[in-house]
Amino acid sequence: MGMRRFAGIDIGSRTIELVVVDGAGQVVQSLKADTGFDPLAEARRLLDGVAYDRIMATGYGRNLFEIAFEAPTVTEIKAHALGARAFFPQALSVLDIGGQDSKVIALFDTGKVKKFEMNDRCAAGTGKFLEIMARTLGYDIAAFGDDTLLAEQETTISSMCTVFAESEVTSLIAKGQSRRSIALGVHASVMRRVAAMIQRVAPEGDIVFTGGVANNGCLRALLSQKLGRGVLCPAQAQFAGALGAALLARETV
Amino acid sequence: MSDAYRSMWAEMGLNLEAHDVLLGVLGNSYKEIYLAQKERPEGMGYFDFVMSEVHGLRIKELLDEKAAGRKIVGAYCVFVPEEIALAANATLVGLCSGADFAVEEVEKLLPRNTCALIKSAFGFKLGKVCPYLESADMIVGENTCDGKKKAYETLGHLVKNLYVMDLPQVKSENGRAVLQAEYFRFKAAVEALTGVTITAESLKTAIQTVNAKRKAIHRLLALRKADPAPISGLDALLANQVFFYDNPARFTASVNKICDELEKRIAEKKGAFPAKTPRILISGCPQAVPNWKLPFIVESSGAVIVGEESCVGERGTRNLTSESGQTVEEMMAAIVERYFQVDCAIFTPNAERLAHIEEMAADYKADGVIHYGLQFCQPYLMESIPVEKALEEKNIPCLRIETDYSMEDAGQLKTRIEAFVEQIKG
Repeated sequence: MGMRRFAGIDIGSRTIELVVVDGAGQVVQSLKADTGFDPLAEARRLLDGVAYDRIMATGYGRNLFEIAFEAPTVTEIKAHALGARAFFPQALSVLDIGGQDSKVIALFDTGKVKKFEMNDRCAAGTGKFLEIMARTLGYDIAAFGDDTLLAEQETTISSMCTVFAESEVTSLIAKGQSRRSIALGVHASVMRRVAAMIQRVAPEGDIVFTGGVANNGCLRALLSQKLGRGVLCPAQAQFAGALGAALLARETV
Repeated sequence: MSDAYRSMWAEMGLNLEAHDVLLGVLGNSYKEIYLAQKERPEGMGYFDFVMSEVHGLRIKELLDEKAAGRKIVGAYCVFVPEEIALAANATLVGLCSGADFAVEEVEKLLPRNTCALIKSAFGFKLGKVCPYLESADMIVGENTCDGKKKAYETLGHLVKNLYVMDLPQVKSENGRAVLQAEYFRFKAAVEALTGVTITAESLKTAIQTVNAKRKAIHRLLALRKADPAPISGLDALLANQVFFYDNPARFTASVNKICDELEKRIAEKKGAFPAKTPRILISGCPQAVPNWKLPFIVESSGAVIVGEESCVGERGTRNLTSESGQTVEEMMAAIVERYFQVDCAIFTPNAERLAHIEEMAADYKADGVIHYGLQFCQPYLMESIPVEKALEEKNIPCLRIETDYSMEDAGQLKTRIEAFVEQIKG
């Protein structure tokens, strides 16, 4: 009998991640693709040639996948909690910022979910907000955070709403404000929103930051500074949900 | 629906085209949400019939009562005492407020950030689709939250027969005096409407009739404490919703019949869901017909609802009115006493409500509480934060939901509720 393999697939609004773990729970494969307009077709493409014994789906597209692949599902809350805990076994607080939602999860010492809160009815405080602001300011999203770290001062952005904030940024550009200081204002605006949620839901210990936005160094620094707590970013932050689902597929008999 | 009903609706001034749309939507969602359930008690067939005839046979009955000289009183709130209406030979019915209708028309009269329940009451009037409202000889509004009391000022221009009842907001002696004075004023108004003077005999009979209805519901609620839960939360909610519409004696008999069946189910350890299904208590804003959104999502996410801390639920039906009074004054005092205990969030402070939530969570062996708040419902949304905090201090998981009647957040709600169910499963 060969090595058993368990897959987790996280079908998010912007990207799909696939993680395969072995019988010991070690990651043996991770793949990523853009969700596009046909998540199932993208999922099929991603799974092409990938070997696994069992698969579990998470993310907002999990129910589509469940029907098409007759696979069990888990919510992104539990999946991210498990994934974060796999990266940092002592984690009590998890922040995940994805393409269209952000969530904070508090964990018990055992790793079980104690409480969670999601912001999912509005783009404020999500990856989408940062993406739109980066574009308005002419940044490549990958460089947005690192360049903003060099800002010397912050221009306050008062609008929480993505649509209003975009026009606010446009008018600040027109007033000749420096691009970096506006960018810092944009990051600070997301940070304040997310920090409030963390303080409310998960006030203890270091924060494990997962999801695509965790790669933004400026946001991590601002959060750590504001909360006076460590902000830990796993190397494969974006794969936390898929990893959690894969680990759960492994546990499920 | 038969042609006879169509001419009945037309005579009442309903907009037949819009009404067809409403009945179509109602029928479809009932089919998808209710009839698709598994392991339903047979006795629910009665409620299926009631719902299929909710704008048909029941309205015809009300019109027949009117033709025989009875008056119909429509109300929006559990503070309007059915005992007083019945004692004066009037029938009390709940008025429609559980679905979005004619939203654009409503938003010409009410601010957009008004709760869905108030908007719905206006929508049914403006869209001319509520036969209960159109058949009512008297429509009773009540000064509960700010949204409602200001909205009634506007509703007063849309209907000719609006009566507004004032309500206290503090459980003090002064508050009790306000409620008492208002119930006597209401009594006089109903008597003037019907031309019938309430006597000790008619009031006693009315108290007994309404108590019998409450006792039947209490019996149903108590049976939900069993594991496996013998009835789904959706079906129990429906019984609580129909409480406001149906003929009281028939309702009582039908609920008792279901209870007989549920007792047998419990003895056989049969349930609407398997044993050990995670048990949820819903607490918060009322869920009027056909607002089945939350229980549908909860019960299709692997949990069962075992109680409703709600006006359409235990807040509305808790406590009987004492039947010991001999005079009209004594019985009116008993009515005031009973209703003054209702722990609506318009009261300040409102510690009784939190105590009831904790008590219900324990009694029904709930694994978690979902606090259901309608968007823009300030009193319940305000209370949801201390409620959540208090429950968490007692290690009772709590999920606060803020939503409205639209289905646009159904996906997001499903994710949260599934995650909450995973959380309580551990």
